[in-house]
This record gives sequence, C-alpha cells and structure tokens, in this order.
Amino acid sequence: MRGQPLLSTVIHREKMAAAPVMMPYFGQQISSKSDLVPDWTRQEVSTGTTIMAVEYDGGVVIGADSRTTTGAYIANRVTDKLTRIHNKIYCCRSGSAADTQAIAEIVAYQLGFHSIELDEPPLVETAANLFRASCYRYREELTAGILVAGWDKRKGGQVYSVPIGGMLVRQPVSVGGSGSTYIYGFMDANYKPGMNKEQCMELTAAALSLAMERDGSSGGVVRLASISEEGVERRVILGNQLPKFSTH
Amino acid sequence: MATLTAVRPAFGGFSFDNCKRNAVLEVEASKVGCSVPAARKTGTTICGVVFKDGVVLGADTRATEGMIVADKNCSKIHYISPNIYCCGAGTAADTEMTTQLISSNLELHSLSTGRLPRVATANRMLKQMLFRYQGYIGAALVLGGVDCNGPHLYSIYPHGSTDKLPYVTMGSGSLAAMAVFEDRYKPDMEEDAAKQLVRDAIAAGIFNDLGSGSNIDLCVITKSKVNYIRPHDEANKKGVRVTELEALKLTGDYKYKRGTTGVLTKAVTPIDLELLEEKQQDAGEQCEEERRWSFLKEGTKRLKKELMTDWPNMTAREDVTTDKQT
Repeated sequence: MRGQPLLSTVIHREKMAAAPVMMPYFGQQISSKSDLVPDWTRQEVSTGTTIMAVEYDGGVVIGADSRTTTGAYIANRVTDKLTRIHNKIYCCRSGSAADTQAIAEIVAYQLGFHSIELDEPPLVETAANLFRASCYRYREELTAGILVAGWDKRKGGQVYSVPIGGMLVRQPVSVGGSGSTYIYGFMDANYKPGMNKEQCMELTAAALSLAMERDGSSGGVVRLASISEEGVERRVILGNQLPKFSTH
Repeated sequence: MATLTAVRPAFGGFSFDNCKRNAVLEVEASKVGCSVPAARKTGTTICGVVFKDGVVLGADTRATEGMIVADKNCSKIHYISPNIYCCGAGTAADTEMTTQLISSNLELHSLSTGRLPRVATANRMLKQMLFRYQGYIGAALVLGGVDCNGPHLYSIYPHGSTDKLPYVTMGSGSLAAMAVFEDRYKPDMEEDAAKQLVRDAIAAGIFNDLGSGSNIDLCVITKSKVNYIRPHDEANKKGVRVTELEALKLTGDYKYKRGTTGVLTKAVTPIDLELLEEKQQDAGEQCEEERRWSFLKEGTKRLKKELMTDWPNMTAREDVTTDKQT
C-alpha cells in the first residue's frame, strides 16, 4: 500500500500527490478482498514519526519518538529510530520502516568498509552523502526521510537532512517526520544558536513531547542520544516522565 | 507534476510486467461474473515470547481459502535451523517457500562458518529477500531462536522491516493475542508460565478471529533442546456422532407414557387420502429411464413366458454343449 504511508509523512505535499499515481493497482498486494484479514495487515509498516537533531558546540543531540504503525495499528510501540551507522554517526529514520531499515543497513556497511580503507573514523558528511546517493538514485521507489547526525574531528558536531527525494543540506537544527509539522513554530521561537548540551536535550524532549501529543502517528517514549568527542550517551524518557504542556 | 524516469533494463529478479495485465483481467473477470483464483492464506494467529531460558513460539492451525477452511490442521511453525524456528502468517505458499529457502542457505552458511547459526543472521537473510521483492511476497514471520548470544525474537513484515522485541504477534488474530500479552507479559518468566501465556494468546486469536482456528501448536526453544509440541492444545475437538438410540440414552427420553393425560372424549374420522408419487427429473433423464424401464419390462415378460411355457419341457439347447460326464 504505497499510497498510505506517504500521507502520514507530510513534508513535501506535492511529491505526495504524485506518488500514489505511480502505482495504481499495486495497493492490494498481499491479499484479496477477504473480510477475514483486517485492513491494517495489508498496510505497509510506516514510521509515521517525529525526529529531531540539534547541533551544539562539541556535538549533536538527536531525538525520536518510538511508534511504528501499520495503518491504525501500532506494530511496535518501543521502536528505536536512532540507528547507529558508525561509532559516532547516527541517523534518525522516518517514512517506510522497510525502506529506511534497508538503506541504513546498506549505508552502515558501505561506511564501515570505507572507514577500514581509510583507517580513520569516517566523516559525517561522507555518511550523509552515502544516504543521499541511495535516496536520490531510487527516489521513485523509496519513501525515506532521514536525519544524519554525528561528530567528527574535522567539523565537530553536524546535522545533515536528507528528506524524501534525496536532497542533502546541512542545518544547525532539523526536524522531520509527520509530527514535525506541529513543532516548526515551537522550533522557530525557542531555538537559539549557542545552546549547550543540556539545553539542547531539554529543547528536543519538549519539542518531541509536543509533537507526540498532537500527531496520532507519533507516540510511545522519547529516545534521546548525544554524540560528542567523548562518545554516545543514550537516554529514554518514558511516557509518564515527559514534560507536560497544557492549552487550558 | 511530471517526473522523468529513465527506462532501466531489468537485470535478473522478479519481472512485474504482467501485474498491470493481471489487474485488468481481474476487472474483466468480475464483469463477466467469474472470480480470479485466490491464493490460499493462513489467516492466522502467531506469536512468540522470550522467557528466562529461551523463546516460546505459538501458532494456530487453520488455513483458509477465502471463507472456506482449506486445512484444519496445517503446520505454521517452520524449521530454519536446529536452534531457530519461524512462524509464518500471510500467503501459505510464500511463508513455506521463503522459510525453506532461508533454511537451506543458512545451513550452507553454517557449514561454511563452522558455527551454529545466529538468529540475527536468519533475520538479515529474510528481511533482505523480502525487501528485494518489495512486499509482493506476502510473508509475515515471527522468527525465534537461541544462539551463543542468548534468546532472540524478531517480527518480520512482508515489506522487509523487522522489529526485535521481547514479545510479538502477527496475523489476522494478532490484535487479540497482543491484548493477552500486554496484560500478562513479565520479563524472565519460567518455561511453564511462558507456555501458558502463549497458549492463552493463541486461544484468544482462535476464539475471537474468524481467520484463526483449530488447534494450538507450540515450539519451546532453549539452549539445550527444542520441544516441538504439535498439538499442544486441541482447542476445538470435533463433535462425536452418535446414533439416535445412543443419543436417547445420553439425553433421556422425553416421550410420555400413554395414559399420562386423561382422555375425555374420543372421535375417529377416516380421511380418504390420494397418494401421489412425485419424482424430480429433467426431461431427457425421464425419457431415458422410461425407455430402460419399458425395455426391462419387455425383457421380464419374455423371460416369464419362456420359463412358464418351457419349464416342463426344458431340455439342453442344441447350440450349447455341456461336458456331461457319465
């Protein structure tokens, strides 16, 4: 069901409109019109999601929610969308779960090979370019919105955004996934350059909580990670420990 | 929004050229009134749980073809390697062939490395194959096993995404089974508690989902051994047919003896009924049968005449010789 997951990752609306047309009859791939098999079993697994990455002086902070859906059913409520590509390079995955898992594993292999050839830790820009190469070449077939973030010796903490279509751009702060639309305003108002690690962590946790509150396809727990010269530090904020906001 | 796509020559793999044609055929067929043959599916409940010493996999045993049960006792827990088993939901042929292919490749791989295969390896092989076929292979799998790094459980979706979790359910009955798991799962359970939990989860699928039914199969995998219990629980035993007399004995006689109700007056009126025999037959058959009957009737009439008239003078016929030994 290529049409369905695209509707939830609403970053580039025009692209979404074109995509369902590409595959007119390929929706009902697995089953016939059987009533015994409910609708959500035929839907592709999607990480309708909220992901975020922020640079600070000395590293990056990345965060994601933990919900993976097949239609209206939550297939995995404790997903880890922060995938390790290399020791100090991680990616945040949004879009089709199968596509992003496959791409991330391929890039991890390619980067590992490259790093052994170099006999040096790889650059974040290299990892981002490998993602971009796959996402652009197979742009018609794939639904993958990825944030590549990490630390390297040359440029320190970096965040690169590779949205659907295969663009590559470096940004100091970036959000992605279907829930990101709800927090652009929050990000514009609250991000200030020159924040330290703890401030970035709080900002990310707050932004993700707000998005998870409003977006049906995002939820579960908040997974955070900070990557710096010292290494990778991972945190999980459970549902009841999330920062609470209220409009009334 | 126009997108330019360069035509790439197909190199190996699946050819999807006929998919458009098939879609058109399906529409045309439904216009005429025929239906395209449906692949046999295991509308199913499968699940797995990680417990203290290993994993427990469970499955129901019903295979459906549309609304009909094609197989009342099919086996949905497939062998991958001595320490890894895989439950399959979705299209029956796809799950069967996929697991067999990966099982074969994994055995070759295991001989090459000289080690017992790891569950993560099986997971990689399965997900890469399913991703390559872009979801056209309708196999939703629960993969579980114990290797050198401990017990592992994966759920694998037809498009090639996988989740590594302590408890998973798949198939049409997965919601019912997941409800049981979410209520009663605890980390580090004992084997008996885990078996009971999986049994209850599959039972929830069997009794609340139309696509699942029949019996419950279990497979308990630990470091030292594999216990393939088929069936673990015959949740739906077929009723035993009894004759009317036996049924009476079992259920009791509800007839009352004559004289239970007192009779006040009695009047008997004979009713003349005309008995008509009705037989349902189409015209051609009727003619044929009438012809046969008339032929038979003629034949018996002749025989009777012969026997009756010739009986006293029955002699050996001249054209028939019998070896009479004196």
